[in-house]
This record gives sequence, C-alpha cells and structure tokens, in this order.
Amino acid sequence: MFGLDKKDASLLLIVAALVAFAPFLLNPFPEGSAMAQFNAGYPDLMQRFVIFGIFAIGFNILFGLTGYLSFGHAAFLGVGSYAAVWMFKLLSMNVLPAIILAVITSGIFALVIGYVSLRRSGIYFSILTLAFAQMSFALAYSVLTPITGGETGLQLALDDPRILGSATTAEGNIPVPGLFGLEMRDSAELMFGNWVFTFNVGYYFAAIVMLLSFYLAIRIFRSPFGMMLRAVKSNQQRLNYTGLNPRPYTLAAFVISGMYAGLAGGLMASMDPLAGAERMFWTASGEVVLMTILGGVGTLIGPVLGAGMIKYMENIISKINSDILHSWFAFLPDGLEDLIVTMIYPFIGKGWHLTLGIVFMLVVIFLPGGLVEGGQRVAKLFGRKKADETKSAKTEPAE
Amino acid sequence: MGLLEVKDVNKRFGGLQALGNVNLSVAENSCHAIIGPNGAGKSTLLNCLVGKLIPDTGSVMFDGQSVLGRTPFEINQMGISRVFQTPEIFGDLTVMENMLIPCFARRDGSFALHGIRSVMSEGELRDQAEAMLDDVNMLDKRNMHSASMSRGDKRRLEMAMCLVQNPKLLLLDEPTAGMARADTNNTIDLLKEIKEKRNITIAIIEHDMHVVFSLAERITVLAQGTPLVEDTPENIKGHPKVKEAYLGEAA
Repeated sequence: MFGLDKKDASLLLIVAALVAFAPFLLNPFPEGSAMAQFNAGYPDLMQRFVIFGIFAIGFNILFGLTGYLSFGHAAFLGVGSYAAVWMFKLLSMNVLPAIILAVITSGIFALVIGYVSLRRSGIYFSILTLAFAQMSFALAYSVLTPITGGETGLQLALDDPRILGSATTAEGNIPVPGLFGLEMRDSAELMFGNWVFTFNVGYYFAAIVMLLSFYLAIRIFRSPFGMMLRAVKSNQQRLNYTGLNPRPYTLAAFVISGMYAGLAGGLMASMDPLAGAERMFWTASGEVVLMTILGGVGTLIGPVLGAGMIKYMENIISKINSDILHSWFAFLPDGLEDLIVTMIYPFIGKGWHLTLGIVFMLVVIFLPGGLVEGGQRVAKLFGRKKADETKSAKTEPAE
Repeated sequence: MGLLEVKDVNKRFGGLQALGNVNLSVAENSCHAIIGPNGAGKSTLLNCLVGKLIPDTGSVMFDGQSVLGRTPFEINQMGISRVFQTPEIFGDLTVMENMLIPCFARRDGSFALHGIRSVMSEGELRDQAEAMLDDVNMLDKRNMHSASMSRGDKRRLEMAMCLVQNPKLLLLDEPTAGMARADTNNTIDLLKEIKEKRNITIAIIEHDMHVVFSLAERITVLAQGTPLVEDTPENIKGHPKVKEAYLGEAA
C-alpha cells in the first residue's frame, strides 16, 4: 500500500490513527480530577508533539542513517521560523506560502553549512555544525536585528504590507495565520460527561504535515538512497572503493534533514506567528539529539516517540509544584509527607531537566536502542509467553 | 601494451624510499603476482594504483588512461576493484544489501539520488546480485547480517562484491592472510574458477607461495622498493637473486 511493504504500511496506519485520535488518547482523565494535570490533550502541547516529531524525523535521516551527528540543527528550525514570519508580514496570513518558503530557505542554508561542515567527519563535523548554529544565533540575536527582530524576536505588526491579504482584520487587529479561511487557532470542543476533548485546526494541519513527512521518511529509509546512507555509516572506505562518492550522499541527507527542520520551524510560526533567536540556541539543537537517541536512533518511529516523551515531560512535569505534591501525599502522616515531598521536589517544576537527565541515562544504559528497543523487548516477552502457552496447550491433550 | 602499465614510479616517505623506479606491466586476462619480503613496498605500490597514494614521480596508466590524481571511487568507476587484506564490507547491512551497493554503483555511477522508489523494486539488480551470490555459494546467507559471518565468508562476500561489478582488473591484497589451510585452498579454487569463467585480469599481492605458484602466470619480485625480477613461476622458483632476497630463508 502506498508503495510500502506490509509492515511499514501498518506502522504508518497506526501512527495515523494515534495522531487522529490524540485529542482523546491524551485526555484520559476527566476535567477537575486530581489526575487532570497529566492530560496532554490541549492544542498547544499536541501541536508541539507533532512539530517536534517532524524535527526529529528529519534529524534521524541524517544522524540515524549516516551517523553524522549534527549539533546545529536548531539553526535550520530558526531560519524556517523567520522565513515563515516574514511571509506572514509581507505576503499574506496563509500558512502554505509561509511553510514553502521556510522549507526552501532552510534547505539553501543547510546546503551552505553542510557543504563546509561535511569536509570533516566525526567530532569535527559536530563541532563545525555547532559553531555555525551558534554563529547564526549570535547574528540573529544582534547583528541582523533589522531582519530578525533581535532580542524581542520577529513579530507581526499592524502596518505590515501583507500584499495578498488584509493588513488588519475588520476589528482592527492583526490577522491570525490560517489556511484559506480556516484559522489555525480555531478549536472545537466536545464535552463528554466530565471529559473535555479539544479538536484544534492547527493541530490537525500540523498532524497531516507530520504524517506526510513520516511517509516520505519511510520511503527514503527503504530507497537505494537510504541504503547508501547506511553504507556511509557502516564503511566509508568500502563505499569509496566500490565506486561511490560519499560526499554528495551525506550532503543530500544533510539538506533533506535541514529542510525537515525548516518545515518544523515554519509550522511553529504558523501556530504562533513569532520567531525568536532562542530557537537557534545550542540547547535546542541538543534537544533534538536527545529526542532521537531517547526514541531510538535509526528507527522509523523512535524519533517521534522521543519527541513526544520529552515535550510531555517538559510541559507536564514542569507544571507540578510543591502544593500539588502535598495534596498527593496528604494521606501520609505529616512528617513522612514532608520527607517524601522534599525528596521528590528537586525532580519537578523547574527541576524537570533532572528527571529528563535520569530517564535519558537509564535509557542509554539499559536500552541503547531507545524506547523502540524497550517496546521490542516487551513485545518479545509477551510473544514468548504466547508461544509457551500454545506449546503447553498442544502438549496437554497428549497427557 | 598491458592493461596496467606502471612506469618509473617513485614514492618517498620522509627518508624512506618506499618505491624506487618501479616498472610493471600486467597483461590483459593474466594473473600477475607481486611478491616480496615485508617492507618491500607491495602495499605502497597497490595504494598508488587505487588512488590512495599519489607517487612522487612516474606514471600509472590503466586501459590507456592515467589514474594519477583520481580519487578511489573514480578509479573504481574506470574498472579497478580492490579486495583488502582484512575484509572491508558493510557490516551493518545484510549480505544482499552488500551485494546491491556495487550493482547500483555500476549502473548509476558515483552518485544517484533515488530517494523514493524502493530497493525491493530493483528486480534486475537483485537478480544480478543473487546470481553472483549463487556463484560464490552464499545464496542461502543473503538475509544474514554481514558482520556476524565468519572471516572466510566475509572474504568471499567482499570478492563477490568486487566481481559483480565486472571489473577489468581485480586487485587482491593478501587474500589468504590469516586463513586456515582449508580456507586458503577454497580461496584458490574460487579464484581459479573466477579466472576461467570471467576472463578477468588479476593482480595479486601475496605472502603465501603456495597461493602464488598455483595462480600466477607472471610474478614480479619486489625488494626494498625496486623490482628484482619479473618472470614465469617456474623461472622464479629457481632464480638465484630471488632465493637470496626472499626465498633464501624459506628454501
């Protein structure tokens, strides 16, 4: 189906189903209950899941297949965001031209940075990309203020030209990004008893884009090009002596993954039309590396899982405060309650990075293949149990 | 004129004259062995042929064209395939994928961006790869992870990867180094079979005299970077200079 084999097609369908029903799946707890804060089914967070999913899928095409670890991919995300916001300022509030320009701009940017950085491999490549990204950040933050808005970031204004659309709405406000009249921030709510499910236009738009990029990634993974990229990772010497030039292959992978990052950046700006230099900061580049490794390097679904996990922790764990902890452990005697709350406190709220760090270490040490390997091990465990059961079921009648 | 013509090649590493005025001519459809004691410059010579090293002076002509200044992948595209001393294969890939990569390289050149259509849809190349695997008796291992195979199998796979490209010249760098006797004999049989079946030109660097004398039609003896003699195996066996320089201790 869609030119995929059965396994890949079913993976794509599962991901499509998960994404389509995410507003239900991520909101399992009724509104007002104690667990409601673990609900992740609100538009802003769901948009982040899929957008960072795209970012990580693209990063995985470079890192997972060729093994070249880029530490500067956030630069392409930032460039994509700036390009999209400029499109909103100059052309119209339609997200399509904005996203297209974001992808093209970041692709050109990736071509230049990749051409220089790919002259080296290993740690030198990583440092070169990091240096380029930090240079881009510094430029965006200060020197290029007329283009990037500097410290305050690039924002829409009432006096922007928007030659193909209206500069202001009828009420005199700045218009919001949309797709042919469909506003990205529009949501429909479905009440079901105490449960509230939100269906957001922006989320579903981003989700469709994510599914398309996921599909494209599967095709690339299974193509001769993808095979060559894995060969680059495996043995460059043999590749050279087999008559193949590794350089254009790695450059193509770099540009493709840069364009994925630009697509993510463009979508980010479409959901919330502003762009800031902090999107290019090196911690943002590091984050996508964590996502990919956490989920499973070189696997198809891993980066999406990793992105979801990190964004979930960032948004949910960081919201827990000491009052909430006290209410959870209120059933315990006072002294014990205080002790437990004091012990857990460093790991929540602003300390969520500590939790992330621990989870990351545990995954890298015990599951080097990331969450995907964890899933495979669990599946194997159940598979064996099932096999044992059928075996015993077969032997029983013989007795 | 031979398929490969090496003329007056010199290569110096600092104070060491690794190659001094090397002349070598490998005739088409022959098997030419290059032997010599350790440090004689055999590997340096080979590296000059495949573009890994560039000689200080002299010329290397292959099929009427100079290989000097070309990169290894360009030289491979000209028709020279090389088997390494330790098998160089794509360890993370399956045996079949290992075979497909040289097939793609032969059909599409040094770079092609086939990013959308599936590897599975390349029926013709798959047939080619499978036929070659069958030739080296590895068809049953085609879905194996190539890193998990024995050294002998890796060597056979590497040779199959080179042969599926139909090279004009096959360079073998000590193809039996570190192999057990039985494996060595298998490799000799495989190479003999390849020669008969495919009319291929082979240049071989080897330590093992048993291998050299069972395969080679011409032998060049290198010592301290210069060719001592070039002759048929029968004459080399009895040559006093060779005995002195190389076989001396062994004979």
